[in-house]
Amino acid sequence: MVKINGEWEDAAGKTIAEYLSGTSYDVRRIAVEKGGEIVPKCAYDATTLMDGDVVEIVSFVGGG
Amino acid sequence: MTKEEWEQALSKRVGEPLRRTFAEATVAVCGLGGLGSHIALSLARAGVGRLVLIDFDRVDLSNLHRQAYFPSQIGENKTDALRENVLAAAPYVCVRTHCLRMTAQNAAELLEDADVVCEAFDDPQAKAMLVDAAASYFPGKWLVAASGMAGIGSPNRICTRKLAKRMFLCGDGTSDAADGIGLAAPRVMLCAAHQALTVLRILAGETDV
Repeated sequence: MVKINGEWEDAAGKTIAEYLSGTSYDVRRIAVEKGGEIVPKCAYDATTLMDGDVVEIVSFVGGG
Repeated sequence: MTKEEWEQALSKRVGEPLRRTFAEATVAVCGLGGLGSHIALSLARAGVGRLVLIDFDRVDLSNLHRQAYFPSQIGENKTDALRENVLAAAPYVCVRTHCLRMTAQNAAELLEDADVVCEAFDDPQAKAMLVDAAASYFPGKWLVAASGMAGIGSPNRICTRKLAKRMFLCGDGTSDAADGIGLAAPRVMLCAAHQALTVLRILAGETDV
C-alpha cells in the first residue's frame, strides 16, 4: 500500500506515470513529492511506487 | 541617507550578523505580479543584498489593484518598473533584471547565482514548470513556491508548509483565480509576505516551519 495525499492506496508496483494515468490530475500543473524530494517529471516513467511509500501530489492553482 | 546609515539602521533592527547574512544573499523572484512585486519590495527593505527579477510582461492597468506598481508605470516592462520601485524603497540593493519568459530550458542559467528562488508566477503550468526545473537541474537550491491565494477567503487559510527537503509551499492550496473569484491585494500580499519571510528564515538558517 502507498500513502498518497494522506490516503492508503493499492498503488505499490505501479510507476508514478501509471498511477497518474488512472487519475484526473493534469500532469502539466502538478508536482509529486516522495520521500522528501520532488520527483522530476522525466522520472515518472522510471519511478516505481513501493509498499510503504508516502507520496504527496500537489496540483497548482492559478493566481499570483 | 548614506549606505552606512542604511546599514546601521538595519543592523539596529536585526543585529549585525543577520544584517550581514541578508546583505550577502542573492534571491531570485520569478514572476513580478501580485506576489513577486511585493516579495521583492519586502526583501529589499529587509536588506537582502542582491535581487534577480524575472518577468516578460508589462505593467497593465488591470494589475494596479494588487501589484506594487503605479499608474505612471503602465506600459513599462515590469522588470524596469519594479527595479525603480525597489530602489526607491531601498536604494542600496543590487537589482538584476531579465525581461523574458522563463522556460525549463533557461531556468537553470537564469537562477545560477540565486541562494533562494521564489516561484511567483500566476499560471499554474508555469509554477509546475519551475518546480520541475528545480528538481531536475538545481535540486540543491532552496525554492519557495505559492499556490492558492485568490478570492477573499479567510486569511488564516494562507499558510506555509515544507513540501520537500528544500522546498516550501505557501498559500491555501485551493483557491484558484480561474474560478472567477478574483484576486484581492491583501490576500495576495499575505501570501507574498509568507514567501518573503520564508526566504529570510532560510537565509537565517531556520529551515523548518
